[in-house]
Amino acid sequence: MEEQFAKLDIRKDENIVYKRTPLLVDRPLSYCPGCGHGTVHRMLMETLEEMDIQDKTIGISPVGCSVLAYDFLNIDMLGAAHGRAPALATAIKRMWPDKFVFTYQGDGDLAAIGTAETIHACNRGENFVIIFINNGIYGMTGGQMAPTTLPGMRSSTSPYGRDEKTMGHPLRMTELVAQLPGTYFVTRQAVHTPNHVRRTKKALRKAFENQKLNVGISFIEVVSNCNSGWKMTPVNSNKWMEDNMFPYYPLGDIKVDGKIVEPKAVTAKAGE
Amino acid sequence: MAKIKGDIVINVERCKGCEVCLASCPTSVIGMAKEVNSKGYHFAIKVNDTCTGCMNCALVCPDGVITVYRAKVTAE
Repeated sequence: MEEQFAKLDIRKDENIVYKRTPLLVDRPLSYCPGCGHGTVHRMLMETLEEMDIQDKTIGISPVGCSVLAYDFLNIDMLGAAHGRAPALATAIKRMWPDKFVFTYQGDGDLAAIGTAETIHACNRGENFVIIFINNGIYGMTGGQMAPTTLPGMRSSTSPYGRDEKTMGHPLRMTELVAQLPGTYFVTRQAVHTPNHVRRTKKALRKAFENQKLNVGISFIEVVSNCNSGWKMTPVNSNKWMEDNMFPYYPLGDIKVDGKIVEPKAVTAKAGE
Repeated sequence: MAKIKGDIVINVERCKGCEVCLASCPTSVIGMAKEVNSKGYHFAIKVNDTCTGCMNCALVCPDGVITVYRAKVTAE
């Protein structure tokens, strides 16, 4: 059926405007359909491809869904103990200051068990990139409540919704680390619409460029969906994310070039 | 007058049928197949020829299965 609409006259190599980057290993990603991890992986690898630093980059994979990131990203990767990725990245960056180092962490890894490592690495002003995927839940282990779970949000360990009186308030890690003098670039992005994907890529590029300047941590939070954990279809989970996650986790730059930017009205709707 | 025409090629074996590309396409080029691929997913297919090569679908595809072509075509 598809071939019926094929325009063979323009299906030529010189007309390709977009294709999967060769820096991703030619292997199907193990993530659920519609998961934002795949998009972030792709944007990350495209950034490295554009900067031509594949052979100079070392990534740290976390514990969580993206623990298998080293299976897909065709660069040097190390796996850290749960939450300890910033500590490992600190060691690597200090040993090889000319390499580009990044950690790729989820919210259970970075905001729960790795809070100490994250905050101290940011406070020391280490010179690497932290990519923080926030989906408000422990996705890999079956949708348990995470520190970033929204008030009233149901998860498998908060079946009546998160009660802030007994379970605490959702943790805004990104605003927290922006207060520390060691961070240089702190931003929050999303990857559910084409425009947000483009912005995320720009933020990644800026973060890796900052590493050349040796100025401090670049911290990128990506608000993502977890359609399996939230028990929704991918399209519905993106809609739910826009309606519920973005009011609590507003998108946009929080700290640029070491200065906190004034929060402005955030428009998180699709296509803006 | 020159016109921009586009085309997409979907790697149907890699497609997981999440339908995120459907929502992002401005000209509704993509639909879902009735058939399934070897993993059991209903994959995305082209359902008409109005593609402009805007790359929206390819950018949001989590699995990167879409290749986009774009060319200027001079209308006869």
